[in-house]
Amino acid sequence: MSSENGKLLPETDAGGLNFEATELTLGLPGESRVTSDGVAKLGSKRGFSETVDLSLGDNKNTNKFGQSQIDVPEAAKSPVSKAQVVGWPPVRGYAKRRTKSCKYVKVAVDGAPYLRKVDLEMYNTYQQLLTSLEDMFSCFTIRNYLSDKKLDQVNGIEYVPTYEDKDGDWMLVGDVPWQMFVESCKRLRLMKSSEAVGLAAPRTPPKCSSAS
Amino acid sequence: MHKKMMFSFPDEVLEHVFSFIQSDKDRNSVSMVCKSWYEIERWCRRKVFVGNCYSVSPRMVIRRFPEFRSIELKGKPHFADFNLVPDGWGGYVFPWIAEMAGAFPWLEEIKLKRMVVTDESLELIAKSFKNFKVLVLSSCEGFSTDGLAAIAASCKNLKELDLRDCEVDDLSGHWLSHFPDTVSLVSLNISCLGSDEVSFSALERLVGRCTNLRTLRLNRAVPLDKIANILRRAPHLVEFGTGTYAADLRPDVYSDLAGAFSSCKELKSLSGFWDLVPAYLPAIYPACSKLTSLNLSYATIQSPDLIKLLSQCPNLQRLLVLDYIEDSGLEALASTCKDLQELRVFPSDPFGAEPNVSLTERGLVAVSSGCPKLQSVLYFCRRMSNEALVTIAKNCPNFTRFRLCIIEPRTADYLTLEPLDVGFGAIVQYCKDLQRLSLSGLLTDRVFEYIGTYAKKLEMLSVAFAGDSDLGLHHVLSGCESLRKLEIRDCPFGDKALLANAAKLDTMRSLWMSSCAVSFGACKLLGQKMPRLNVEVIDERGPPDSRPESCPVDKLYIYRTVAGPRFDMPPFVWTMEDDPSLQLS
Repeated sequence: MSSENGKLLPETDAGGLNFEATELTLGLPGESRVTSDGVAKLGSKRGFSETVDLSLGDNKNTNKFGQSQIDVPEAAKSPVSKAQVVGWPPVRGYAKRRTKSCKYVKVAVDGAPYLRKVDLEMYNTYQQLLTSLEDMFSCFTIRNYLSDKKLDQVNGIEYVPTYEDKDGDWMLVGDVPWQMFVESCKRLRLMKSSEAVGLAAPRTPPKCSSAS
Repeated sequence: MHKKMMFSFPDEVLEHVFSFIQSDKDRNSVSMVCKSWYEIERWCRRKVFVGNCYSVSPRMVIRRFPEFRSIELKGKPHFADFNLVPDGWGGYVFPWIAEMAGAFPWLEEIKLKRMVVTDESLELIAKSFKNFKVLVLSSCEGFSTDGLAAIAASCKNLKELDLRDCEVDDLSGHWLSHFPDTVSLVSLNISCLGSDEVSFSALERLVGRCTNLRTLRLNRAVPLDKIANILRRAPHLVEFGTGTYAADLRPDVYSDLAGAFSSCKELKSLSGFWDLVPAYLPAIYPACSKLTSLNLSYATIQSPDLIKLLSQCPNLQRLLVLDYIEDSGLEALASTCKDLQELRVFPSDPFGAEPNVSLTERGLVAVSSGCPKLQSVLYFCRRMSNEALVTIAKNCPNFTRFRLCIIEPRTADYLTLEPLDVGFGAIVQYCKDLQRLSLSGLLTDRVFEYIGTYAKKLEMLSVAFAGDSDLGLHHVLSGCESLRKLEIRDCPFGDKALLANAAKLDTMRSLWMSSCAVSFGACKLLGQKMPRLNVEVIDERGPPDSRPESCPVDKLYIYRTVAGPRFDMPPFVWTMEDDPSLQLS
């Protein structure tokens, strides 16, 4: 049966007892636990203490002991990691299972005294992102280059969505394929149209005459 | 003649007498004396405690206690703290708020634990209760700083805002600015917030105008050089949590900080200390002699620095610390802190295969021997022996809470290679007032026999990777008279013990069993026979009736309730139906 959150569980066979990697039989003290791949654990420490000094910039989930949240995929990649039983040892906040990664970026609007944050992973297209920004900053008019449609005019000043990429350059949103944008975007800024002159133009000409 | 005298007290007199009875348990006892006492008591109960939000409906609570001012609710099972309860299981507070919003405009306090709290709920609280004073959210999730902004802006009489271990969507640090000038907080705990945009000026202004502030717990985002200014604005603080306690060593920052700590003459409790840099630690020394509580569980400093610090704190009653303290540090603790009542030692490297610190059973034995008032222990370590446990038990007959976590499941006594049955048996035998116990290590059914025989005051038991057969579970269910909460994972306990002790479940708050051997058939039967229990099967593999009845369920959560089955379950939770024809009485 498929599970909702992507957790992999063994197929059930009729009458069989199927559990997670931990078996219910008594083990001898210090017996190796096999990983879910069936590979016996190696003795070395996984080096978790190295993550103690890591501070992930947008880390929302600092665990109880001030250590940055373990990135679960990272842990799984380590070849010498012990098989991790869910919820054991019973320490709070570690590696809370996330079905999606988070890519939070700050959104600034020229003239507004506050910043917001959006999780780019929550969107699949530029349109979704822009609609969301529009909701968030509903008093501002946001220019949507992709469809050349001015979203509702309220105070007459047009804003242009721009972003700072990995190289520190400010680009117009809509420039590159969505996924590439998500990966390279460091933060967003809704810039006044008048100030957006001279930014790298999007490949799709702004004065595109077709409706799509 | 006698009868006349007994009932001659007017209701107001009884009500006045009852107003001195605060404890929930006592109030419940009072209400059972007779019908008139029940009536009087229910009209004057001001604080309501609901240990399981699904055990009763909001409407029933409001109907019975029409005049309460404070409500405390708990939602998810404890194992939710360790990711064993899937997201979406339940524990929504909104229905409670909605019900109370209409009926109780005078509500003052809401305290929630492990519940899902949405911004909508917070906004409704802000709108509905004009005299709202206290909001404590412990291990809650589902809300953002927008909801907090609504509370800040509307609750003009707010005294306490305490967010402990919550998961908050941090959208903007500016919610703090929403507090009006007139608000006078006594307690503010924002330690769980992650925002790196906390407006420091807003924080300083807020602290400055809350002249009655006694508790302030900052979040990690507040840098060390901002603390002095904040402390100077709140010289009467009793409890303080720092933010990041790290900075490049600068004499001016240091002396500023030391001066600020000296000026807080009433400090009793310190916490925070993220990224702690030892060079800045002496700044808190002026406050140490009065400290009764110290939470260093985020401080990644080594044993020598810890020993130096603890030697300054002779009046310490409560210590939370990482296992960097090592056995040597605990020995030092045992010789300095004779008033110690509670000790929690957390693992710095819980998932590492090898020990990274020298912390063993020796440390705990030392503390048990040196600290006669020790009552509550939570200890993570990698080895234990029966001998040590017996010594600890004999040293500390006053234990009320003993939670031991030997990191590797099923670890035997490292000296004898035997199970740790005898050691834990000694704990329950000598510690006659033990209320809470967590087991670990290699354990057979025998440990449960000891527990069932001796642990008569035990209210909560946590079991993992232990036992051989249903007999183990049977010992506990049949022997532990005071048992209220039982949580079990990865144990070979199945249908027999559960069905044989079904009636016991009516006397408990809840039972959790995951990765055990309870079959779907047994769950159905239990649900059918026990009308006052909700038997919830949690299984992310899909509907349990798509598999044979003998198939074990993934997770089982059973709790007593007068509210019947709940209707807010996600697709992976099934409540077993009642069947009146099968009920025994």
